[in-house]
Amino acid sequence: MGRTGHEGGGPPGLSRRELLRGAGLAAAAGATLLPAARALAADAPADLRVQGPDAVELTLTVNGAPRTVAAAPRDTLLDVLRLPLDLTGAKKVCDRGTCGACTVLLDGKPVYACSVLALDVAGRSVTTAEGVVGGAGRAVADAFVAKDAMQCGFCTPGMLVACAAAVAEHGPSLTLEQARAATAGNLCRCGTYPHVLEAALAAAKTAKGR
Amino acid sequence: MAESKVKLGVADVVAEKTIRHEDADPAPWGLDARLAVVGTEVSRVDGFAKASGAARYAGDQRPTGLAFARIVRCPHAHANVTRVDLDAVRTMPGVLAADETGGRRKTYAGAPVAVVCAADERSLDDAVAAVRVSYEVLPHVVDATEALAEGAAQVDPKRANRGDADGRGRGGGPAGDAQKALDEAELKVEATYRTQVQTHVPLEPHGSVATWSEDGKLTLWCSTQSVDAVRNEMARRFQVPAADVRVVTEFMGGGFGCKFGPDPCDYEAVRLARATKRPVWCMNDRREEHLTGGFRPDSVQKLTLGGRRDGTMTVIAGECYGTPGNGQGGAGAANTALYDIPARGVTQFGVSTFTAHGRAFRAPGHPQGVFALEGLVDEFALAAGMDPLDVRRLNDKHPVRRLEWPVGAKRIGWAQHRRKVPGSDRGPVKRGVGCAGGVWYNAGGGSWRIDVAVARDGSVVVRSGVQDIGTGTKTVLAVLVAEELGVAPGAVRVEIGDSRFPPGPGSGGSTTAPSVGPAAREAGVRAREGVAAVVAAAWGVDADKLSFAGGRVRGPGGKETTFEQACAQLPSEGLSVSGVRRKNYEGFSGTCGGVQFARVAVDVETGVVRVEKVVAVHDAGRIVDTLTARSQVNGGVIQGISYALFEEKRLDRASGDMVNPTFDTYRIAGMADTPEIDVVFMDVANGINNVGMMGLGEPATVPTAAAVANAVANATGVRMRELPMTPARVLAALAAARGGGK
Repeated sequence: MGRTGHEGGGPPGLSRRELLRGAGLAAAAGATLLPAARALAADAPADLRVQGPDAVELTLTVNGAPRTVAAAPRDTLLDVLRLPLDLTGAKKVCDRGTCGACTVLLDGKPVYACSVLALDVAGRSVTTAEGVVGGAGRAVADAFVAKDAMQCGFCTPGMLVACAAAVAEHGPSLTLEQARAATAGNLCRCGTYPHVLEAALAAAKTAKGR
Repeated sequence: MAESKVKLGVADVVAEKTIRHEDADPAPWGLDARLAVVGTEVSRVDGFAKASGAARYAGDQRPTGLAFARIVRCPHAHANVTRVDLDAVRTMPGVLAADETGGRRKTYAGAPVAVVCAADERSLDDAVAAVRVSYEVLPHVVDATEALAEGAAQVDPKRANRGDADGRGRGGGPAGDAQKALDEAELKVEATYRTQVQTHVPLEPHGSVATWSEDGKLTLWCSTQSVDAVRNEMARRFQVPAADVRVVTEFMGGGFGCKFGPDPCDYEAVRLARATKRPVWCMNDRREEHLTGGFRPDSVQKLTLGGRRDGTMTVIAGECYGTPGNGQGGAGAANTALYDIPARGVTQFGVSTFTAHGRAFRAPGHPQGVFALEGLVDEFALAAGMDPLDVRRLNDKHPVRRLEWPVGAKRIGWAQHRRKVPGSDRGPVKRGVGCAGGVWYNAGGGSWRIDVAVARDGSVVVRSGVQDIGTGTKTVLAVLVAEELGVAPGAVRVEIGDSRFPPGPGSGGSTTAPSVGPAAREAGVRAREGVAAVVAAAWGVDADKLSFAGGRVRGPGGKETTFEQACAQLPSEGLSVSGVRRKNYEGFSGTCGGVQFARVAVDVETGVVRVEKVVAVHDAGRIVDTLTARSQVNGGVIQGISYALFEEKRLDRASGDMVNPTFDTYRIAGMADTPEIDVVFMDVANGINNVGMMGLGEPATVPTAAAVANAVANATGVRMRELPMTPARVLAALAAARGGGK
């Protein structure tokens, strides 16, 4: 985290202790914290790279194309996908890494986009459901349709990404247990699980071997 | 009026029946109907849009200038708001509005207190965190049994928490002389069954994106089970003509009964959009959804089931209550819904508590009532020394369910897996099987209109204001119109979920598909007649000699053309026709019977119950699309397992706040909890409407928890009378049983 202490030399009237007290008091948290954080950032030594607290620009690859967005340090990958990038396939359902509805591929591996900070994906590659179906994941999406691996559809893009990752990893050798494990972190309220498993296995059969 | 002879029934129970129907309404399809598309496996017409993330739900709408709103909620179960300080909040960066909302007295944790609107989500976070509210905290009670105690705080100061007794119950009214039957019963079993509060938690929370045009017209993208109800309510609340309100629900992320009317977030989106002159997004977050989005009431069911030594059930009686939260209605348990027991005397009442509002939840009253009833039936069978399946077959009079019991028994392997001596498996993992019956009532209705337009290029569009909550309504409409036009369902475009189209029913009671399906079939017939008329004129043949199948139109003398070419003969404006939902006819069976069988493995060292297999045998009349229908039954079973084993809304007694409003603390069934599910549809030609279709969503979840509990009893020898059957409860019940044996 770099420097966390702040003993003197800061902006007038602000010490680290006061900053923390401001944070501890719920009172006017927003009103107090942001200016305080800005002051800390301004005071950082020249050899320390400080990002935030206001939005900063970052560039990442999204569905194969470079995209530059503004993100605050507290913005998650899911926040920037859904708002500035307008990719709404990944859903904000629990926003705490428990449901999988926001699953995307980060450098090819499935992650919960709600639990990855946007600033941490600068320079990396993100593939959403919208991008997955444009590539090898198309066969998985087709299998989802053929097997009816969906009902309301809200968890479905996340399920699709998780299944596409499993199919890409295991190819035609994908087993039922591997498919279950790959989707164990994706919740569905409609109860689409049996058809999701059928779809993953059907798609795997048509996939090229590793 | 026309009269048609139709062959109705199921399997070898067949009767030819004369049905009087409107001339415009095609005669119901009978058992011998030969159908090309209906009854096959048809892929969901919007499946790719859903899988690929292209489908835009309410909260995915991004009109230009979108602002964001969030409700600040009361953390106390009962309090007076003494001060809300919003002055500082209003001056914060990005804040567009900050207002108090709701009255002074709050009667549940989660009640709206204030609402803040900001230009972006991070400014909104900061502003909401800065809202200061002072409360005078008042006494509360969140448990139904405690709410009945003398001196308990009253939700409504003018009336007791205990609601009026309702002898009607759910799913079967009172009948006969229960006291006399109890006195005369040769065998009686008496027990108290308890079920928990279950929250709906659709993955898409309640909420809306609202925008007003400069000339005062509202467009609302809303996550709702009733586009029509939301439009009418918003028009009323905001004093504009309904014609100036457009509600759009093209895709909807689950409701299960909790999304019929607008919630505070929906109203606030509309109000703030008008006040700020910007589109406003206001969706619940997960915690708000758990706290306020609706729940299935809990139940305490003290029941006695009596009958004869030969296994005939003659009486069920007792007293039941549960809490629907702030209100008093809707907490009844449908514990008299099956078997048409001749004497029934079950009193039901609701108890108000300082919790949010219970709402209709997939088969209201039924999973809890059938859990108690079917548990007692097993206990009665044990007392009679009979196989519980035999007791059910002896007593069940339902014309379809009678046929379903042996089908399910065979497929679960009842004879092989039923433990003669429960708990006798060697080792810590005990297996067993159990079964339970279910029922549902609805074949749809109303007078809904479906429009079909056929263009000269052969494209077909179906329009209705009805919404698809995930069941596959769009696909059902496409299939029924495609059947009549002899084209592929994928060639039919379905545009629904928009109040600009003819109003459709709310999606509740498993009525959606059977309410609009028959109208779609009739519209399809009208469209076929329209195309046939122009083709017949061109060919110089009788229109009723034409057939439509496989995308082609054929006539006498080997005349044949494609559907598209046939449509080219239409006038330039194409063809616009409608179908109307007619009244239901007297069908083969007025209710949907279902049975489910479960096989479980119980680890008596850890208390963990695993459901290994469920056989679900169901009747919903004619199944229009077996693929999406199977999805619905899978879902009913999995929700039932989740209810049986995991889910429970837990409220902190001290604060009245929910202690588990997250998916890691309120567990729902996941992939690893899902058993093998074997779905069987009985092919019933019902004739209750022109398709013969009935509801399916709700019946599929009615028997599940009961079947699982009965299987646990067969596996372990211990009867679980309280849901959910958590490991702790299972271990406690096993320990109590061992203790009792000393």
